[in-house]
Amino acid sequence: MSEVTYREAVRMALREAMTNDPRVFLMGEDVGRYGGSYACSMGLLEEFGEDRIRDTPLSESGFTGAGIGAALVGMRPIVEIMTVNFSLLALDQIVNNAATLRHMSGGQVSVPVVIRMSTGAGKQLAAQHSHSWEGFYAHVPGLKVVSPATVVDARGMLLAALEDPDPVVIFEHSGLYNSKGEMPDPPPKVDLSTARIAREGTDVTLITHGGCLQRTLDAATALAERGVSAEVIDLRVLRPLDWDTVLASVARTHRAVVVDEGWKSWGFSAEVSARIAEDGFWTLDAPVRRVAGVEVPIPYPQHLEQASIPRTPQIVEAALQAVGRG
Amino acid sequence: MGDVFEFVMPSLGADMERGVLVEWLVTVGQHVDRGDLVAVVETDKGAIEVEIWTPGTVAELVVPEGSDVPVGTVLARLSGASATADPAPSAPPAADAPPAEPSPEPAPTPVVAVPPHSGRASPWARHLAAERGVDLTGVVGTGPGGAIVGADVPQARTKPVAAGTDADAMRRAVARAMERSKREIPHYYLGTEVDLTPTLAWLERRNAAVPPPQRVLPAVLFLAAAARAVREVPQVNGFWKDGRLEVSEAVHLGVAISLRGGGLVAPAVRDADRLDLGGLMAALDDLVRRARRGRLRGSEMTDATLTTTSMGDRGVSDIQGVIYPPQVAIVGFGRVVERPWIVDGAILPRSVVRVTLAGDHRAHDGHTGGLYLSAVANLLTNPESLA
Amino acid sequence: MTRTEMEARVRELLVDLAPEFEADAIDPDEDLRQQLDIDSMDLHQLATSLFEVYGVDIPESERADLVTLRAIVDWLDAHVSR
Repeated sequence: MSEVTYREAVRMALREAMTNDPRVFLMGEDVGRYGGSYACSMGLLEEFGEDRIRDTPLSESGFTGAGIGAALVGMRPIVEIMTVNFSLLALDQIVNNAATLRHMSGGQVSVPVVIRMSTGAGKQLAAQHSHSWEGFYAHVPGLKVVSPATVVDARGMLLAALEDPDPVVIFEHSGLYNSKGEMPDPPPKVDLSTARIAREGTDVTLITHGGCLQRTLDAATALAERGVSAEVIDLRVLRPLDWDTVLASVARTHRAVVVDEGWKSWGFSAEVSARIAEDGFWTLDAPVRRVAGVEVPIPYPQHLEQASIPRTPQIVEAALQAVGRG
Repeated sequence: MGDVFEFVMPSLGADMERGVLVEWLVTVGQHVDRGDLVAVVETDKGAIEVEIWTPGTVAELVVPEGSDVPVGTVLARLSGASATADPAPSAPPAADAPPAEPSPEPAPTPVVAVPPHSGRASPWARHLAAERGVDLTGVVGTGPGGAIVGADVPQARTKPVAAGTDADAMRRAVARAMERSKREIPHYYLGTEVDLTPTLAWLERRNAAVPPPQRVLPAVLFLAAAARAVREVPQVNGFWKDGRLEVSEAVHLGVAISLRGGGLVAPAVRDADRLDLGGLMAALDDLVRRARRGRLRGSEMTDATLTTTSMGDRGVSDIQGVIYPPQVAIVGFGRVVERPWIVDGAILPRSVVRVTLAGDHRAHDGHTGGLYLSAVANLLTNPESLA
Repeated sequence: MTRTEMEARVRELLVDLAPEFEADAIDPDEDLRQQLDIDSMDLHQLATSLFEVYGVDIPESERADLVTLRAIVDWLDAHVSR
């Protein structure tokens, strides 16, 4: 067991994958000489060379498409897109090609590409670098969408994604790269199919993922001091989502709060809460509550930026409302 | 004509969840009219004779005697029932069917006798209630906005059919109603003292002139004054329902009757403001007798628009009532006591009663309550006006 | 009508007012108000019943003393014409 940062965990996975499988390569903007915008690939160019750690032009559509093409012919490409906002430039490639080709070819081809991107606010990078499009990608059939919140998942999910025959989009919250966690020795394999109960509780289920997990766990601690036992679910995999775990938890606690950094309207939290209403209605003791992003482009000033995303006190408040003490 | 009417287990109080059908008072093929007694139902408050308000012919007795069933359960089917359900029992037709009056048993909705609790029930609570076969009427909610949640749903009653009044059950019923009252109703309290000496002398003269069956107790003067004062201040008479006061046109005066062995019921004297002293005395006499035998009627249990509580001749001199929801006031009469009283500048021994009012401050204010108490006091000192 | 019959009848009337009690269990010398937990309404009903059964009316002035079974039966014994 050793303590590593989230960034180191990603790098650990990259190194393991490159070492173990010659088909794996990484490409993206500034992943080589600069070592990655978030320094995940620092030192890998020296270790694996320019053929496998490839700096690309500022052309998301072009290099994402190249990654899809490489996957089609048997490679295992890892495409790094600097931020979720820029991935919109590659949306055509991801949605119209990566997600569709298995289906359009009648299963003759698969697209085992892995696309990593940073997501979320909190680093004062303003509205063009800070949004949360998890809900958008999770909307698209043909994609797997994952949101690692821990160092174990940051490493394990990248490796599992490379073993998956279909395109996997990995959202790495920019606020997590410096966070630290314990990495067991040997590091465990993880799946791309289940949600994890991050904290057990009996009174209310707090459902979240990625960058909001720690704030939600903090809320659970604060709630415990007020006599409310909150269960925290780290969804991990956003598509396909592990509804069984979510609904079973809500059936125990009878109350649900969904925490997601994306905008509330039409967003990821809307889908989760709608599913609970559809399939868990008769288990509910209170309306499902959501703590989600405020309906503004993420502001630059720090106080406004923080005010626009879910914070611990809001999660506590929503949970208290759900248990009838708000 | 020819419609089938389903006669269901009525809710005979805000706190009633289930009832035991003790006895059928009708048989298949029998014709029933509005107001006919059709069954005896055992509740937490004792045995209640239940009336029917839709005429027809009894086609089927669905539930056998001795069955313990939730409120709303179909007990019997009537054929040839009139298509439109009669809303409520009424003596004088027009004035007696105001919208504010909670009708005891208008078909076909099962639970209508009492306005529903202000809170809502969660899906989980409803699921549990259905599974356990319990009714949520009167259950106090602890969820968001006072909603009933799963944890509030009572366990199913497995108790066997009990004969007579179950003291524990009645205690629980009183507890639920009073808990709800103190939880939901912001009470305000007023009181005033009334020199009853001339009134009691008047009553003694009145009683001396008639044989015992026609005599009237002082308690009846209290009922008469409480009922008639409503004409002057109607706001105290009615229900707090859906966030607003619904004043009742009719005055159905609830009378708190304590039962030996520790129970409490508050059946209503219907149209108490229209009865003279003799009529009120007869009504009270009848209610007390039947209450103590556990033979009250469904409509009596649910109709009260205002309740009175009286300490009688053996109690204490001051009582602060707890409002029976969803009513908005309760009038209290202490024991009549001898007190030194100033009359025309001299201190004289006088018979004095303390009259109190607990009011629902959501529905009205102390000023209104004060006007009402003054009206009661004024009527009490002018007994001729009550005769 | 014998005094015994009269007492039996009054016991019946009292139990009619307070059905929780057994007629034979009423102590003839204990205050009925405490013994049977009866109030002015019950006493009024008793007075009405005695009037209906025996055609007698206990004067207001004497009622305060007639609070035991024995006292009531004594009074009836003295006032009811046979």
